[in-house]
This record gives sequence, structure tokens and C-alpha cells, in this order.
Amino acid sequence: MAFLTVSSPHAHGPLDTATVMRLVLLSTLPGVFALSYFFGFGTIINILWASALALGMEAAVLKVRKRPVGFYLNDGSALVTAVLLGIALPPASPWWLIAVGILFAIVFAKHLYGGMGYNPFNPAMVGYVVLLISFPVQMTSWLAPAGSFDGSLLGPIDAVMRVFSLGQVDAVTMATPLDVLKQNDSLLIKDLWADSTQFGSLAGVGWEWANVGFLAGGLYLLYRRVFTWHAPVSMLVALFVMSALFYDGGSSASGGSPMFHLFSGATMLGAFFIVTDPVTSAVSNKGRIIYGACIGLLIYLIRAWGNYPDAVAFAVLLMNFAAPLLDHYTQPRTYGHKTTPRKGEGE
Amino acid sequence: MRKIWDIHGGVHPPENKAQSLGRGIEPAGIPPQLIHPLSQHIGAPAAPVVEVGQRVLKGQMIAEAKGFVSVPVHAASSGTVVAIELREIPHPSGLSAPCVVIDTDGKDEWIDHSGVDDYSALDKPALLNLIRDAGIAGMGGAGFPSAVKLSTRDDAKIDTLIINGTECEPYITADDILMRERADQIIAGVKVLQHLIQPSEQTLIGVEDNKAEGIAALRAAAEGSSIEVVVFPTKYPSGGEKQLIQILTGREVPSGGLPADVGIVCQNIGTCVAIHRAVTHGEPLISRVTTVTGDACSAPGNFEVLLGTPVDYLLNLGGFHKEQCIRLVMGGPMMGFTLKDTSVPVVKTTNCLLAPTKKELPPPPPAQACIRCGMCAEACPASLLPQQMYWFARGKEYEKLEDHNLFDCIECGACSYACPSNIPLVQYYRASKSEIRKQQQEKVKSEHAKARFEARKERIEREDAEKEARRKARQEAAKKKATAGLDPVAAAQQKAAASDAGKDPAQAAIEKAMAKRSGNAPEESDDEKRARLQKAVTTAEKRLESASTKLEEARASDAANLGALQTAFDRMTEKLGQAKEELAQFLSAESQQTETQNNAADPAQAAIARAQAARASAAEQSPLEKAQQLVASLEKRLEKSEQKLQEAKAAGSDTADVLEKSTTTLRDKLESARGELAQRSDSEAPTEAVAATTDPAQLAIEKAMAAREAAANMSADEKAKKALESLESRVKKTREKLAEAEAGGADTVDVLRDTLAKLEEKLAAARDTAS
Repeated sequence: MAFLTVSSPHAHGPLDTATVMRLVLLSTLPGVFALSYFFGFGTIINILWASALALGMEAAVLKVRKRPVGFYLNDGSALVTAVLLGIALPPASPWWLIAVGILFAIVFAKHLYGGMGYNPFNPAMVGYVVLLISFPVQMTSWLAPAGSFDGSLLGPIDAVMRVFSLGQVDAVTMATPLDVLKQNDSLLIKDLWADSTQFGSLAGVGWEWANVGFLAGGLYLLYRRVFTWHAPVSMLVALFVMSALFYDGGSSASGGSPMFHLFSGATMLGAFFIVTDPVTSAVSNKGRIIYGACIGLLIYLIRAWGNYPDAVAFAVLLMNFAAPLLDHYTQPRTYGHKTTPRKGEGE
Repeated sequence: MRKIWDIHGGVHPPENKAQSLGRGIEPAGIPPQLIHPLSQHIGAPAAPVVEVGQRVLKGQMIAEAKGFVSVPVHAASSGTVVAIELREIPHPSGLSAPCVVIDTDGKDEWIDHSGVDDYSALDKPALLNLIRDAGIAGMGGAGFPSAVKLSTRDDAKIDTLIINGTECEPYITADDILMRERADQIIAGVKVLQHLIQPSEQTLIGVEDNKAEGIAALRAAAEGSSIEVVVFPTKYPSGGEKQLIQILTGREVPSGGLPADVGIVCQNIGTCVAIHRAVTHGEPLISRVTTVTGDACSAPGNFEVLLGTPVDYLLNLGGFHKEQCIRLVMGGPMMGFTLKDTSVPVVKTTNCLLAPTKKELPPPPPAQACIRCGMCAEACPASLLPQQMYWFARGKEYEKLEDHNLFDCIECGACSYACPSNIPLVQYYRASKSEIRKQQQEKVKSEHAKARFEARKERIEREDAEKEARRKARQEAAKKKATAGLDPVAAAQQKAAASDAGKDPAQAAIEKAMAKRSGNAPEESDDEKRARLQKAVTTAEKRLESASTKLEEARASDAANLGALQTAFDRMTEKLGQAKEELAQFLSAESQQTETQNNAADPAQAAIARAQAARASAAEQSPLEKAQQLVASLEKRLEKSEQKLQEAKAAGSDTADVLEKSTTTLRDKLESARGELAQRSDSEAPTEAVAATTDPAQLAIEKAMAAREAAANMSADEKAKKALESLESRVKKTREKLAEAEAGGADTVDVLRDTLAKLEEKLAAARDTAS
């Protein structure tokens, strides 16, 4: 038997891309569980349907592009996109809405740009924004959380029937806390909270727990060193600082408390599962800090003064544009050099 | 506790060191055959000094160092040299290289050797020579000649001597076991280095904290000395020279610089032991400690092995199971290279033989797409951006790669280790580095070629322009002559002026002015005209003389412009002839006038006039005169030629042969001319020739003609051929020298390259002239 002739290094670290993706999927579980606990089975059906579509479309495109289908499906990236989009859409969204979203995420945002690793924009966020702009009604009809209305949450059967329009399913929809806050221009924050049962103790019934769930998953990924702390922490800090600056003592013009902003809407999902997407974010640690902070800033700007109640998707896409520029200006100083490569290039 | 610094990045691969630390250092014994590659170090290969069939003793030098960056090779045991031939050597390329092969006799008979009693009595050069003659090259893995590394410039202020006991590569324990068992030898070696380097501040031994036993032994041995053992956390690649320097001192070796630039000299622990043995016992480097490990070895351990021992002999001592081994690595799992088979020898840099099973180090899975996760950048100890460099490497954007400091990559493999997509990043960088180096070499080459091409183009253009100008001038002159029976003097001068256009502007201007003046000739007084014509002759003579000198010089030095000079010379001779003719015509006309005016008054004047008239036309010269002139000129030429020949012979010049030939020809000619003259003087009166021979103008013409004729003695073809041949042989010689210099990495490579380029240029030009 001949010995292998290969170039060093011969040892390889424990992490591979498929493992990373599996870890990411695993870490979404607490958040998904919280969402399902408070909003019913809708999110899980979303995720399952989106996953099936994503795998199918990914396989079809790979086949058209004449790439080894099994090899690329195995990396799990399509699945991660599908799960994130499934979580972001209102529970039990119509099947076609999900299909359009996945189409834009997988085919347009990912493969038309060259596939895994080449896409400049986060596929799940592209899918989400396309839907939000095209179908605002469906995209804003979020189900009411448990305890805020009389009646029961969607069970698995009901959820399937609602997703695929198989029959009349009763479901109560309700504006999300972020939406309510946005519409408010007369009540003090304190009164607003007292007025509505859905605000819960901190940032909205269900929402606060879903965010805690995603925070827990994110911390696990940090612990497993799947990504670094730089982007998520700087995003959260920027959002915190902005909301603290403009809290305005809880007046009727207030943008909401810092804790409200941190634990409502898609904040934690964005911080640990979207902002950390390696492909579309900045690569150096310094770049990641700027990238995360700008996203936090944009989220608050859009939430407080934009037209949309939540803003993670827009903020992330805007900063996706800026990532290559950040990379260019944040190159680290190489060992033995006095300046960074960028500063040295004019010489 | 001493402050230590952290390095950027790094990885923590499983250490796997315990397997080979179960036993102490065991002697590997004497294999039946030793294979000594002549190049086991960085630099020029050593040159064999033994012959096939010769008996050699243990420690005998079998190959000597060639050049400054080189070390000799010694026989590791006694025996007979059976071959000096190409054998496969342990090298990433898997290529073969010259080796001295020795069949051992088992007697292990030492050559006479003895150490130095008191090395502190030796001066630096002597000590360095001793280290170099012992064949010591860095034993940590790179194999750089230690003496070279230790010969710091006198003005380099070295404040810190660092001894590298990091051994950060997984699996390898050769340094660890040395620390445990031979700490006193290490310290003794460090003391030699201290004496040699005289570090002004500190001597540090850096060891990772996973070698507790070795650290304790070292500390015990270093007790009471100024040597400090510094312990720092285990992380790969802390043992890289640059990284260790940063960890221990916080200093960074500047990019492209040496540790000495920041006041540091760094040596490996194994090298210290080798230096100690060389200095104290006079033993050259003929053995080393090598780790044999990996799951395909049932008895892993460390062996004191003779250099040159075949790898399979050593592996068998470690209980090697070939069928279980998926790849055989010389070195560690991070930077080692794979061996194709087990027949290669252990060399000075062989710190480990790693024989892993498939489970242990599985074959690399296919690479997936880069997801820009940045784990490679996190791992890079040089703070590079491996993911960016990967894109550039794939896109062959070499300039950007260099902008991103590709050449600061130490190829430690941490990025590839960390990459979740299994991309062989280091391989991309290695390939790009070699591609860039290749391009740089080609660039230098093409720049030479470009310069050559442009010089040639310029010359051809110049020659074409000259040709064109001459052609036009001729045309014009012919036209003028044909249309208005113009003054032939003026025409000739115009022609001369035109032919010189662009070559000698000053001269051309003068000539032009003269031509203009000659247009006004009717208004000139006779005196003016005489003065002008005389001046023209003198000028032409002067120029012809200088041209002839130049021509001689060019011929002597085989210059490329010989042909051009020859043409110029011919033209000038022609011109001089014309000028003289004019002057003669004028003078004769004038003298006739004078004669008629002062007929009876001054007979002397009349006589002069007659003489002048007689001399006036070349056509009127008698054959006798001509013969006399010829003899005189030939004599002069012969004299000159002989003189030159002697000079050339004395200087060993290439032209000696040519000159000799021409001298002989001249001699023959002279003989025949003398014969002719004798015949003629019998039949003719000699009186008529007086004026002619004393005329200085005539003499100058003769001289010039002589020079020209000497040049013409050889046919143009012959000359060009000679020149070509000599150039070709010179180019060939220079090429050989250059190849030698390149192989040896000598300093003269650049100079030789320049010379070669120049010669090639000349050769090309000569070929052009020839064709």
C-alpha cells in the first residue's frame, strides 16, 4: 500500500461546516420552543414547510448548475436559511408566502450570486424583505399570544390546515408590541403597558421569552466558538445605548425602554443568528464590531422613525452592503509590520 | 514571575505526546547501510571528498562545505563507501539528490578527535569555524547552518539569547526527552553560545508548560547560571522563531528581517547539545534524537539515531506496522511532509517520524466552499487574513496577495487546521509564493530582453535614418549636378555635409557653412580660397586620423560598431581625397598665374611653383613615387602592427591571433613593394619625388590608408565570424559560471547575470552585423 502524499497540515480541527450548521440549527431550539409555547404550532409548520421547499429548490438549482447535489446539500446551509425564515415569518403563514420567500432566499439571493459562500446578502433576510414589501398584510398579521385572548392556540392540525388553506381555521391576529408602540402617540409608556395585556412583564408576552430562548442558543454557540462575540455584543450595546438615549423618561413620544428593545421583536434572533452569518458580515474582529454596532443603530433608527415596526432585516441588508468596505478598512496589522496592509498600499 | 506576551491566534490540536514518552532515549544501533545526503541543510550542498571503495571512520568528513551558507557531512559510523549517487532524499518534493552511501562494518571505529579544553580561550571566528566544521545545522526543523546564524555582524547589538525548547508540534518529544535526560548538556551548550554571542541582557530558554519534567530538569541544571528557563502556556505555533521571540520579549521581528535586527539570536535545544558535543568532545554532528510515534507504531519512543540511517530501519525499532499506516510523515502533523517510501535516510532535521493510522489522521475530505467564517484569521499567528488571501490565490491576483503580506506567512498550518470547510489554505499560499517567485525571475529576465530589444531597435532606426539621409543627399547632389553645372567643389562639400547629417552636428554645421561659402566662391579672394581649401584638407586629415584611431580601438575590443566605423572611415578617406584634389587644382591654377606674372623675376618661385604643379595631381605621380610611398607606408604599418601584436600578446588578448596574421601579410606586402621600388628606381630618376614625400598632408593620408588597409586585411566576413565565435564562447562560459553560482547561492549571481545579459546583447548585435 502506498502512503498518502499530501501537503501539511495533516491534522485537522474538530469543526467542519456541516457541524457548524448543525450547531446553529440546534441552538434555535429554545427560541422555537418559546415561540411555539406562546403562539402555537404555526412556527413549527412554517419551519417544516420552508425546510422542505429549501432542500428541494437547493437540489434543483444545484442540478441545473451541474454541482454535486448530495455534497452541497450536506453542508446544511439551505436548512439554516429555511429555519431562520420560518421563524421570522408570522406563525402559520400561507404556504405560497413561504414558497415565494424561500424562492427568493435560495434561488435569487444565494445561487444566482454563485451559491454557498458567494452571496453578498443574507438569503433569509432577502426572502423576508421581499415578502414584507410585496405582501404587507400577510406579513403583519401576527397571531395573538397565549393569555391575551379567549380561546386556544393553534394545534398542529389547525396550523397545517391554516398554512395550506385546507379549511376555515379560527385564529386571532393582533398587532405586535413593537407595532403598538409605533402607533402610539398619546399614552405614556406606563399607561400603554397597563392598557394592554400583551405587553407582559418586559417586552411583550411570548416575545420576551422567545428572545431569551434565542439569547440562550446564541450563548451556546459562543461557547462552542462557532462565532466571536464581537458583532452580536456590539449590536446589542448599540441598540441599548440608542434606546436609552431616546427613552425620554417613558413619555408618549418615547421610543420604548432599552430592555423592551433588547427583548422584543427579532432582536436576539438577529443578534445571534443573522448578524453572525459569516458569509455576509465583516471578517475582522474590528470590522465585526463596527458592523454589529451599525446594525444596532439602524435597527433603532428604523424602529423609532421608520415606516416599519421591526427593522432587523433592513438593518442587516444595509450593512451587508457595507461589509466589503469594512473589510477593506479594518485589516489587521500583520506581524512584523508597522502599518496595516491598507495603509501600506499607497506606498 | 517574568512577564510573557501572548501571540495572536494559534490553535490547540491534541498533543499526543505521551505515547512516545514512555521510555527514555534508546540507541538505535548501527544499520547495515548509511545514506548521507550531501544537502541536509539550507544552502549549497556539500561536495564529496571521499571515493567509492574508500574506507571511512566514524566522524570522518565525507563531504566538505561549499560556500559560506553550507556545512560539511560526516560519516556516522565506520565502513566502506560503496556509492556516491542519486538517492531519494527526505524532502517534500520527493526528488533524488546526491548521497554518499556507506556499508557499515559494525566496528564503529572513531576517527581521532578531541575537544577544546577551554573554549573561552578561543576567539569568535575560531569557535564559529569549529561549529561549522562539525556540520551543525539547525536541528529544530529548518536546518539553517548554525555558524551562519551565530555570526552576527559586529555592529549588531545582541541583548538576548533565546533557546527554543518549545516543541509546540503535536506528537514530537525529541526536545522534551533531551531536556529530561540531557539537561546538563543543553546548559553546557547554551554556555558556549553565551560566550560566543555575549548577550548583554539575558539568556532565556523558552519551554511550553506541558513539559513539567523537562522544565524541572533544565532549571536544576541551570541553577547558579545566568540562564533563565521561561515557561508559557501551550499553544501551537508558539515554537516558531518569530512567535517565541514575541512571547518572551514582546518584540516583533520586522518583516523580511532577522531576529538580530531586534537584538536577538535564537537557537534550538537540540542544536545546543550538538554544539556542546562538538566543542567539548570534538564530535561532529553524526547522530540525533528522533521521535518515532503514531498509532501504526506499537512501540513508540525516542531513539538516538545515526544520521543516514534508513527510515525503515528506525521505524522497525518503533514496532511499525506498514499495513496500518495511512501516511508516513517526517516531522509533526502540522508542518511535517509525507514520505513516499521508507528507504530515505534520517537527516539532521529529522525530529520525528509519524506513522498514523487512518483513524488517527484521516485523509483530507473534499474542500467545501469558504463561508468567510474567519476562523482562519482567528488562528493566524501572523495576523494575516487567510480567507482574503484564499480568494486572491484562487483568482491568481498575486499583487493583492503581496499587498496582504503573503510572504509573512510562516506556513504553520493553523489556518488549514481551523478551517471548517477543509480548505487546504497553506497549500494555496505555498503555490502562490512559488508562482510569484517564478514571475519575479521572469520579470527580471524580460526586462533584460526588453532593454536589449530597445537598444537594437534604436540602432536599426538610426542606421536606417542615416542611410536614408545619405541616399537623399546623393539624389540631390546628382540633381544639382545634372541641372546646373554647379561648382563641383560646392557639390562635393554639400554631399559631405549631407552624409554627415545627424552624426556630428557641429561638423555638419561647419561643413554646411562652408558649403554656403563655396556658393559665394566667385566673391572670394584667392587667398581666402586657398586658406579655406587648406583648412578643409587639414580638417579632413584630422578627422580621418581620429577615425582611424577609433577604428583600431574598436577592432581591438571586438566592438559591435566595427562595421559602422569602417564605413565612416571609408567615407572620410574619400572626402579627404576630394579636398586634396580641390586644393591641388586651385594651387596649380594659382601657381600658373603667378608664374606668368613673375616669370623672369623670381626663378626660385618658379621652381616652387613647378614642384607644386608636379605634386598637384595624384594622377601625375610617377610610378616610382608611388612605389616609394607604398614602401614607406608599409614600413610604418608594419612597425605599428608589430607593436600592437606584442601588446596584445602581453595582455593575452583575443585579438593576438588576428594581429599576427595581419602582421605577416603586411610583411609580405612590404617585401613585394620593396622589390617593385628597386626595379623602378633603376629605371627612373629619383629627383621628381622630393616634394611629394615631404608633404605632411600626404603622410597623413598614407597613415590613414595604412590603418584602413590593416583593417581590410581581414575580410569583413572573417572578422565578424571571429567576433561571433569569441562572443559565443564567452557567453557559454559565463552561463556555466552563473549556473554554478546559482546552485551554490553565491553572492556573485547578480553580477554574473548582468554580465551574461550584456554579453548576450553584444552577441545579438554581432549576429545582426554578421547577417
